[in-house]
Amino acid sequence: MTHASDLPTWAAVLTALLVLIGAGLTLAGAIGTLRFGSFYERVHAPTLGTSWGTGAIALASIVFFSALGSRVVVHELLIAFFITVTTPVTLMLLVRAAIYRDRTEGTADVPARSALKPSGGNIAPGSDGAG
Amino acid sequence: MSRAFPYPLLTAGLLLMWLLLTSFSLGQFLLGAVVAAAASRAMAALQPSKPRLRRWQLIPHLLGIVTLDILRSNAAVFGIIVQGRRRERSSGFVAIPLDLRDRTGLAVLSCIVTSTPGTAWIEYAPESGVLLIHVLDLVDKDEWVALIKNRYEAPLMEIFE
Repeated sequence: MTHASDLPTWAAVLTALLVLIGAGLTLAGAIGTLRFGSFYERVHAPTLGTSWGTGAIALASIVFFSALGSRVVVHELLIAFFITVTTPVTLMLLVRAAIYRDRTEGTADVPARSALKPSGGNIAPGSDGAG
Repeated sequence: MSRAFPYPLLTAGLLLMWLLLTSFSLGQFLLGAVVAAAASRAMAALQPSKPRLRRWQLIPHLLGIVTLDILRSNAAVFGIIVQGRRRERSSGFVAIPLDLRDRTGLAVLSCIVTSTPGTAWIEYAPESGVLLIHVLDLVDKDEWVALIKNRYEAPLMEIFE
């Protein structure tokens, strides 16, 4: 086991900087969740924590343990990967529940489901599979 | 071969994950290979659709673009949160007609849209291929349609279709 005091200065500075960035972004995401007005605006804020908030802290961990152990430690990449892959699942679950409620109640200003039908010259109905 | 390893990419991915979580040694390699082979055979029972990678060479390029875009929009959303109500800003929904139909490609696109702060995947209508996203700082709707289509959809279609 090695100790943090053995860490070279450049690695210590880099680690501290990355941890600060990651923690700062995650904190800003939490504040944004409180500040934004509507549900659909609020779902944007925590994304700060799940993207570069996590990314910067994972990078800091990679730098720290790689510099200490004199071998490359990259299993933190798995954390970043799995957070990126699983976030859409929870987001879609929340958002679809919200948009279903808003459409049923007709309160909030959300586009109707019929707005997703093809319209205008953008896509022709029979053009599936042409690309 | 295909009976022993029905999902070669999944098997390789699981083995790589096993080695990352333990250590790179012969013993762990053998143990991980056994676990990965068994797990991907269990996966075969679920019969998921097999993604075809047509041009995997484009993946690192796309990954680079997305990483930088996410970094940039992190800074943008951070700015919006810090500025609070001092700046005029309007958010709104944008409907994007997609030509991408491959399910894996759509799944990757949803990861990209969701991981980028400032854009949220709301709803996808499979019958028309129209995607509804919510944009935090919306100025020009057509700009967002062009951005998603040219920057992300076009390379994804080249990779998966």
